[in-house]
Amino acid sequence: MIKRALLMATAMSTAGLMGANAAQAEELTLCWAAWDPANALVELSKEFEAESGHTMNFEFVPWPNFADRMLNELNSGGKLCDLLIGDSQWIGGGAENGHYVKLNDFFDAEGISMDDFAPATVYAYSTWPKGSPNYYALPAMGDANGWFYRKDWFENEDIRAAYMEETGQELREPQSQMELMQIAKFFQEREIDGQTRYGVSIFTERGSEGITMGATGALYAWGFKYENEPGSYDMAGAVNSPEAVEALEFYKELYECCTPPGYTDAYMEQSLDAFKSGQVAMAMNWFAFFPGLYADPNTGGDKIDFFVNPPQNVAASTLGGQGISVVAYSDKQDAALEYIKWFAQPEVQAKWWELGGYSAHNSVLQGDGFEESAPFAGDFLVAMDGVQDFWQEPAYAELLLAMQKRLHDYIVADQGTAQEALDKLIEDWTEVFEDEGKL
Amino acid sequence: MTDTAIDKIAQRTPARVARKVRGLSDRAIAWLFVGPTIFLLLAINIFPLIWTIYLSFTNFRANRPNREVEWVGLRNYERILTDSDIWLNMQATAHFLFWTIFFQVLIGFALAYLINKKFRGNDLWTTIIVLPMMLSPAVVGNFWTFLYQPQIGLFNYIVAFFIGADPSSFEMIGSVTLAPWAIVIVDTWMWTPFVMLICLAGLRSIPDYIYEAAEIDRASKWRQFWTITVPMVLPFLMLAVLFRGIENFKMFDLVVQLTGGGPGSITELASINLKREAFEKWRTGYSSAYAIILFVTVFGLASIYVKALNKVKER
Repeated sequence: MIKRALLMATAMSTAGLMGANAAQAEELTLCWAAWDPANALVELSKEFEAESGHTMNFEFVPWPNFADRMLNELNSGGKLCDLLIGDSQWIGGGAENGHYVKLNDFFDAEGISMDDFAPATVYAYSTWPKGSPNYYALPAMGDANGWFYRKDWFENEDIRAAYMEETGQELREPQSQMELMQIAKFFQEREIDGQTRYGVSIFTERGSEGITMGATGALYAWGFKYENEPGSYDMAGAVNSPEAVEALEFYKELYECCTPPGYTDAYMEQSLDAFKSGQVAMAMNWFAFFPGLYADPNTGGDKIDFFVNPPQNVAASTLGGQGISVVAYSDKQDAALEYIKWFAQPEVQAKWWELGGYSAHNSVLQGDGFEESAPFAGDFLVAMDGVQDFWQEPAYAELLLAMQKRLHDYIVADQGTAQEALDKLIEDWTEVFEDEGKL
Repeated sequence: MTDTAIDKIAQRTPARVARKVRGLSDRAIAWLFVGPTIFLLLAINIFPLIWTIYLSFTNFRANRPNREVEWVGLRNYERILTDSDIWLNMQATAHFLFWTIFFQVLIGFALAYLINKKFRGNDLWTTIIVLPMMLSPAVVGNFWTFLYQPQIGLFNYIVAFFIGADPSSFEMIGSVTLAPWAIVIVDTWMWTPFVMLICLAGLRSIPDYIYEAAEIDRASKWRQFWTITVPMVLPFLMLAVLFRGIENFKMFDLVVQLTGGGPGSITELASINLKREAFEKWRTGYSSAYAIILFVTVFGLASIYVKALNKVKER
């Protein structure tokens, strides 16, 4: 009798344990863009798998299709992604359309404080309405648009002498946007090591967000603002201010004077290719790529160095980066939240930075020796101090496509003037906000 | 006598069902067969069309299913027809349509005329000529972006060789003046063989005795060409123009791969712009109106054209 009871109890407890394990072990899918940091995240997530027993699957989409693919997924209520590292501009739509789970209660319950993350990243990646304490994502990947250059050319005595002779100045990391153009002009079509080199590779892509992300680097540096008063949608005089016009003219001139031939539709990949193939002296790109660039055997190491987007009237950089959200249509929200809890831990964040991801956690950014931990770490901190982002409204896609069109029409296709391009942009944006009922 | 398979099925059919089937009229049986097809047609063609017409009068957005849908009357149509940017897209489409058809008919007919002559290697040349149209438009688009690349592109080198300029001195897909021609060249390269095949069918359908009679009447080759060949091939040519016209009016993949609609919006054809409005900006109501306008345009023009084609055939 006792034996039978023991057997029964053992069987029941085994079944119970198995049941409990079956309920806990989930297959989670994390969606993100296909780029260098995504590989680092795969590596990092192995620890989560080992600790939690969950299995991680990844859906990485190339950048040009990332927004299309993921926004379609969200809009159709798809269950592909349990966790999504979505672009910062999606936060408004994600929150208002109910795509993302609001994380406030979860953060409170788990003791996750947004004060532990860099304020700029919390503001940009997590909150909606902007700046309010309503969190829909945890800052996952801090990023900004920065610059890198051929340090070996900049240090070459002959080149330095030629630059001094031509401009009367020392060849150095540009301290302003105008100096950047001066250096780019100097390198344009210059023969170095028997090959023709060019000044810069910048973003000119038309299809997704390229030219907007590139040109805003100049616009923000000239003091560009989207509205006269934040939240007013009053754009006349801000979007088309004399400073904005000047900045746009500058970017067009930079495109015309100093980019390699055929550089009419270039974004991240093309910028990297132009630099790695030794075509250009300077290039813009997201900080996310800098670890890979530094490690490049041909143009990395002591041949490369980095700098923050140079100021003109103000110091400012275009914001990149993303927060990690739980998708509201997922059936595995508990396991997804578990991942976020794990990811928010300071030691995991430290490992994230070590592997090539850009942590936004204060314990990493303010930790001892962070600035010396990589040649671009100090620049990253400076850039993140002055980042500005595009509209994060639910209608962001319409706003972005309008800007893509107006900028590409003016800068690459040489249609009209900078003033006309910005005036038309205000008309487009006004129409969008009217449709949204905000004007 | 052995039973056929149908006899066996008939014998196995239960008496009650057999009686029912026997009781059906020919018309009912016809409906029974045609019914599923008509149902499918209604479900996947007619219903979406009617739904699109309805949506075109609303401000519906597919990415905001929870938002209240408002009836906006003709506002979407008015916005589209008064938008100067849309008219620029229409101009780009018209330019593309006219010149691709012009070159494809001209070169396609010339190639068909040559291939129709009996010569050694005739079949091999035909196969080589039709190769481009067997490729995927996306592949062709990508492939030509490399050929057009100013620094390494073969196209630029060939042109530069003939005109004596630096290959990187011109950009086929980056230049406002050259980009519209760049897409015309690629589409012509890809689809001329299609026009050639249709023309070849036309040329081969002309009986030899007509030419023999013309020879006896001492008609010159030139005269034979204009009075026999061209009129008899004309219905085929017109058919080719119709096919290519409809196809190129909705051209998307090839041009997106080649230029993405750029530089600026110079090669942004109507279908590319429509896709952006519908699936990137998610203005579903607006893009439905846009689609209806394009549909009516193509349908109207094609109907007029088919009538003209029938008249030519009757002659």
